[in-house]
Amino acid sequence: MNTTDVAVLRKEFPMLEKTMHGKPLVYLDNAATTLKPRSVIEKEREYYEAYTSNIHRGVYYFSAFASQQFEDVRETAKIFFDAPEKEEIIFVRGATEGINLVAHSFGKAYIQAGDEILISAMEHHANIVPWQMVAKERGAVLKVIPIDDQGDLIMEEYKKLLTEKTKIVAVTYVSNALGTVNPVKEIIALAHEKNIPVLIDGCQAVQHLPLSLRELDCDFFVASGHKMYGPTGVGILYGKRKYLDAMPPYQTGGDMIASVSFEETSFAPLPAKFEAGTPNIAGVIGFGEALRFIEKYGRKEIAEYEKELLAYATAQVGNLPKVRLIGTAKEKASVLSFVIDGIHPHDIGTVLDTEGVAIRTGQHCAEPVMKHFGVEATARLSVSFYNTKEDIDHCVRALQKTLTLFG
Amino acid sequence: MDELQELYQELIVDHNRTPRNFGRCAHTTHTADGKNPLCGDHIEVFVEKENGVLKEVMFEGAGCAIAKASASLMTTIAKGKTEEEVEELFHLFQEVVTTKPEDPLPESEKLGKLIAFAGVRVFPARVKCASLAWHTLHAAIKNTSSATTE
Repeated sequence: MNTTDVAVLRKEFPMLEKTMHGKPLVYLDNAATTLKPRSVIEKEREYYEAYTSNIHRGVYYFSAFASQQFEDVRETAKIFFDAPEKEEIIFVRGATEGINLVAHSFGKAYIQAGDEILISAMEHHANIVPWQMVAKERGAVLKVIPIDDQGDLIMEEYKKLLTEKTKIVAVTYVSNALGTVNPVKEIIALAHEKNIPVLIDGCQAVQHLPLSLRELDCDFFVASGHKMYGPTGVGILYGKRKYLDAMPPYQTGGDMIASVSFEETSFAPLPAKFEAGTPNIAGVIGFGEALRFIEKYGRKEIAEYEKELLAYATAQVGNLPKVRLIGTAKEKASVLSFVIDGIHPHDIGTVLDTEGVAIRTGQHCAEPVMKHFGVEATARLSVSFYNTKEDIDHCVRALQKTLTLFG
Repeated sequence: MDELQELYQELIVDHNRTPRNFGRCAHTTHTADGKNPLCGDHIEVFVEKENGVLKEVMFEGAGCAIAKASASLMTTIAKGKTEEEVEELFHLFQEVVTTKPEDPLPESEKLGKLIAFAGVRVFPARVKCASLAWHTLHAAIKNTSSATTE
């Protein structure tokens, strides 16, 4: 991607025409959520304006049409994520619901007292708490793969933590707080040597890196649509059929049953078994458009451009006085976390806000990571391929202003 | 004065840089722990109360400039006041930081220096930073051991 491509791309995002406190918006909070291109917004609106109806049940034209649009996204997602079967793609509210579903249902089917669940020290709370709950419920033990001071997983420790007691490994592909890209292929292969299934939280990876579920061979995978230019309230859970078939339903209700009597209910086959109730139809259809949007630009091209942008941001922000970078892993994507000596991240965030620069400040739902690095909170900028070096320069000028104000 | 200068005015920057009454009372009778779980601000308030009067008010903790300055200024103002007076100030303070920017601020001589926090109104995300210390003091006086602004 070159500057002309980016200039064209930026025109697709209505939010990039906005101002904040009278300054042009510089949006660097992409790890929280990405902005939405016009095509996604239009696609969602189209469902409400042109063919609103419920899916999977009506015999009339619009219902059949909406069902088709909805199911087409499953096919699009199968191709986008390179999943073996489209029935292995379950639409959920987002990655959080996906992880809760797996923790709950897999836990019921496979986890007994004394078993171990293995997560990492850099997980988002959404990939900690559901497992903690299941561990408590089943009498299992939650184990944690430690990280080093660069923010890399300590693989030697990981190997030691994989035992015959381990029932599942759940790790993030890319850390939302540190930007670390984990060696997930190796993580999965090592677990598989001992027949342990692996869940990958792909939230911060899918919009930045090319990936293939078939190649990764993970057993479960979750991602949120809103972090990949799609609508909020929609995401995917991928699970291998052999597990999903054996797991009990997470929620029950309409659309997920084969037959119901007051004595007994039999459940529908995949994917309906895990999609109880009317789903976020418009959201799923918009999500399909978001996947097409990413493919239009190409994930390899996006990754290369964002890598360059992140390197530039790292150099520029890293050069500022009193700045300490949090998370300097060997391989990183999108995220630059930092602290400034003597200035709380919130105050940094507010000064940047008045300069039109949106970044995230706080604990990033990763309190254990903050503890590891001995900080209360960090300031975090995260880039997308619609960002430019000028955006970074703008942010750096605002950081200089912060330093002057509190210096 | 622009919004940023209004928020980080001299008094606030000064109290952030050199917080007053930082530490614990020698004879703490009431204490509470205040947290903003989303951002990691953490303030502990210590009170020595005698016959309904706050003889000593001190604080410890870490947080942003707004949270720290608010805690510091609060201790200087609450010291020597009765419990009722402090409660009244707490409510006045809440009004100052939550009044919509286009609406008039409460007028009360009792406010004094607290009016410095009026700049917070323009930044709704920072209201909880400013009020954390007050919530914590309130919890301490009411014998609740913890406070949160969530």
